[in-house]
Amino acid sequence: MKLIYEKSSPGRRASTLPSYDVPDVEVPHELAREEPPRLPEISEPELVRHFTELSTRTFGVDTGFYPLGSCTMKHNPRVNERVVNLPGFRDLHPLQEAEGSQGALELMWRLQNDLAEVAGLPAVSLQPAAGSQGELTGLMLMRAYFADRGEQRHKVIVADTAHGTNPASVTMAGFELQKVETDERGNIDVAHLREMVDNDTAGLMLTNPSTLGLFDEHIEEIAAIFHEAGGLLYYDGANLNAVCGISRPGDMGFDIVHFNLHKTFSQPHGGGGPGGGPIAVRDRLEPFLPVPAIVRDGDDFHLDYDRPKSIGKVRGYCGPFGVFVRSYAYIRSYGPGLREMSEAAVLNANYLLARLKEAYDLPFDRLCMHEFVLSARTLKKEHGITALDVAKRLMDYGFHPPTIYFPLIVPEALMIEPTETEAKETLDAFADAMIEIAREAAGSPDLIKDAPHERPVRRVDEVKAAKRAVVKYGFEDHPNLSAEHAEPRELEAQKGA
Amino acid sequence: MAAAESYPDDLRYHSEHDWARIEGDEAVLGVTWFAQDALGELVHYEPPEDGSDVSRGASYGEVESVKAVSDVIAPLSGTIVAVNTKVVDEPETVNTDPYGEGWLVRIKLSTPSEVDELMDADAYRKFVAEQ
Repeated sequence: MKLIYEKSSPGRRASTLPSYDVPDVEVPHELAREEPPRLPEISEPELVRHFTELSTRTFGVDTGFYPLGSCTMKHNPRVNERVVNLPGFRDLHPLQEAEGSQGALELMWRLQNDLAEVAGLPAVSLQPAAGSQGELTGLMLMRAYFADRGEQRHKVIVADTAHGTNPASVTMAGFELQKVETDERGNIDVAHLREMVDNDTAGLMLTNPSTLGLFDEHIEEIAAIFHEAGGLLYYDGANLNAVCGISRPGDMGFDIVHFNLHKTFSQPHGGGGPGGGPIAVRDRLEPFLPVPAIVRDGDDFHLDYDRPKSIGKVRGYCGPFGVFVRSYAYIRSYGPGLREMSEAAVLNANYLLARLKEAYDLPFDRLCMHEFVLSARTLKKEHGITALDVAKRLMDYGFHPPTIYFPLIVPEALMIEPTETEAKETLDAFADAMIEIAREAAGSPDLIKDAPHERPVRRVDEVKAAKRAVVKYGFEDHPNLSAEHAEPRELEAQKGA
Repeated sequence: MAAAESYPDDLRYHSEHDWARIEGDEAVLGVTWFAQDALGELVHYEPPEDGSDVSRGASYGEVESVKAVSDVIAPLSGTIVAVNTKVVDEPETVNTDPYGEGWLVRIKLSTPSEVDELMDADAYRKFVAEQ
């Protein structure tokens, strides 16, 4: 497929602007560019075809099965889009006064309440824009909490299965990172943890179920270890899709929770956002939450900035409002049946696990939660086929690959999260493909090594891409077709001349 | 071209898949064939500063592949006396020659007795076979 620059023809336009009817403005010399920018010149039908063709070369949850572990690529119900496009929501300006935006404020207040119920914790801030920002905000709350108590605590413990954002957030928030190991059942090694926790420990960051897709069997004991030492527990909500309406992080003993609205609560994602990473906290942490708080006063809703102990704003305005509308619509569509979402997610994952555990290595043989981790260790040892090879070959079968090489403690990891929105037929088709690939590894490994064969782009050189990424068009390698500075051909352009 | 699997007899090994070549009161450190094979081709090496202290079992640098960023764990304690700048410029050297050109740092040992706690090649080969 040609690049849009290669389809450019001098003077062609997709639209034409009316002639100037205002005086020219003199651009100061130092601000003006010496040469006009090299933009592609193309007619509207060519432009439409170009981007339509491009759109057929991508893959999303609307195209097919997307079992990317820990990312919760579920179907995004279309009713959410209908609601977010209601003019009262869609056309609202973020600087609109509270008096004229009562509906929006009420929606945010109600979403806060629903999230508080899911978390089992009383106070919520919707502001953080993503899980990672929720983490950083949560750790800043920890700092503010201990500073307010006159305590100096430096260490935060994370599991060796943690998402990479956890250690990054700990470091960014100015804490010292410590890693606790995983035991042979896939739980946190409690004995190791006991050795680490002391009165210099600010807290723990934990994903439960973990990135192994396993619910920690000692979570109450772990919470007690921290609370006895005066520390706090942070719940990374990346895997909340496994437990909604079934068990609550607050009841497990967690003090701070972040949600990923774009995972659990169906904000479309995968193309870079926008996401939503609200946090919920125990009442003793509420005074430190970001401002403004959204509060109800009788029948009125308003923004409360009068929080002297607040860590301040962490995002512009009140956060990503469109994400709130979609997530609220989603939660209300389920109503009291929200737990069915998590039950189906866990059922789907266990069904797939049961079908695949003979063909691949299973490092922790337990019932899983909403996702599970297989290993291609034996395939690599016996046939030289790695997790990366399996992932690439899956693309030929029409599936998005699972997360690979994570968590780091599992060699040749394949982390699979089907979500609740997949039909049994889809799960079976995926399992058949995975089993067939394991067979191919024994019989025709080169077929896998060279995969994908059926996609627009073949196997890419990942090392070269990491070391010498080319992220812009090589203008210098291509002649400038508009060098003669052709005038726009207005009428012809509209006819696609 | 990736190197063939080997664990030279003249080296000592740490369970985090690091090797040490003892030379008097100094040691040359690197990662084993098993480590580079698990990581895949390296694209970045973040070395420690010359003169900084490293302690046994703690991280002294980072290596990055397309799969992951990993800490490099010191098998012995000491002070950095040299960093292999060739690996900084061409990290894939670790994949092609993990025990030769692909060495990572040279240290002056602070606790030479720690050497006795490392595995010899036979013990490490057994350890790797169980992985």
